[in-house]
Amino acid sequence: MREPRDYDDIPGTYVFDGEHSRKGYHLNMFCMSLNKAENRGRFRESEAAYLQRFPMTEEQRQAVLERDWLDMLRLGGNIYYTFKIAIFDGLTMQQAGAAMSGTGMSVEEFQQMMLDGGRPVKGNRSKADKSK
Amino acid sequence: MAKIIAGVGTSHVPAIGAAVDFGKQIEPYWQPFFEGIVPAREWIKEVKPDVCIIVYNDHASAFSLENISTFSIGVAPEFQPADEGYGPRKVPVVKGNSEFAWHIAESLILDEFDMTICNEMPVDHGLTVPLSVMYDQPDAWPCEVIPFCVNVIQYPPPTANRCYQLGKALRKAIDSYDRDITVAVFGTGGMSHQLQGERAGLVNKEFDIDFLDKLVSTPEELTKVSHTEFLRESGSEGIELIMWLIMRGAMDPEVEEKYRFYHIPVSNTAYGLTILENKA
Repeated sequence: MREPRDYDDIPGTYVFDGEHSRKGYHLNMFCMSLNKAENRGRFRESEAAYLQRFPMTEEQRQAVLERDWLDMLRLGGNIYYTFKIAIFDGLTMQQAGAAMSGTGMSVEEFQQMMLDGGRPVKGNRSKADKSK
Repeated sequence: MAKIIAGVGTSHVPAIGAAVDFGKQIEPYWQPFFEGIVPAREWIKEVKPDVCIIVYNDHASAFSLENISTFSIGVAPEFQPADEGYGPRKVPVVKGNSEFAWHIAESLILDEFDMTICNEMPVDHGLTVPLSVMYDQPDAWPCEVIPFCVNVIQYPPPTANRCYQLGKALRKAIDSYDRDITVAVFGTGGMSHQLQGERAGLVNKEFDIDFLDKLVSTPEELTKVSHTEFLRESGSEGIELIMWLIMRGAMDPEVEEKYRFYHIPVSNTAYGLTILENKA
């Protein structure tokens, strides 16, 4: 584990630093492969078989199969890469955003939150001090 | 000699590209946004830059984690729209300006900004959405484009100050190019937004407005904003705003803001647009 960093205090945020990138390299490169139509076809044919082509951890494969967006981030995924799976599924950013909120927020609730000015920064700046 | 005539700051939200491509501009959700960018479109029809240098970031399209370059410049005669997973956007091929791009690359490297030089580089929404914002849906883009790509995905991206200093070096490169062309520099991405994690959907209007104000009058203050402050205040993807500082660095110290438009939300993002011209 690397030394603690000041950004570790930001809630609900997975900073894609070196440690994260190292952990998620193969997961992210699998996601990247979905840029190619022929690979999207192979993944559609059999998700589990296609995932075997990449030296990912079993946990990472499971997170992809279950579309556990938060777990993918925890396991080293980067949103721009994991969003390729959301694109494959035909999801919008709002659908992915609602799913990641981790509070059971519906897509409609997420959309309404955005229309109302977005998720407020107040109370969401610091794990240590929720009043900030 | 080449002359810089403007700096443009704009978010590059992919949903804007989809709204243009699929004719959603008149839907109630999109109508205020497309109305807000009309003056920018009228402005660019007047000033008609010959070349737009578009500072943007790639989103796992041309670049991946295989090779991560901090600053890259596209020197090819043309750039194809990238397939980001939906099939490529049906927008015109982006025509480059190879000679000018090479001049910039050489000038920057000799000025100690070590650019990665790209001959093969499909361009994704980070570059094509700003073109759609400014030019709508032409049969061919009415300007040549030099893609100028910044890593903002792998932490750490370059510092705000490094971006601003690079902008100054870019200005020297533009000023020393021996052809009579007009140039606009685009800084793209932002404004506040977070796509990932439990904080997805974060928007910080106060931060954005302050950023837009300081971009005009006191950009040096923005060069002191740390990565952690960007991440905390403008969201993990709001850090893209460092790219606007490359544009600002290329402008004169004294600029006039010709137009500003700010709108929440565009998809999961606070949209911002600014047009800067040097004071005569």
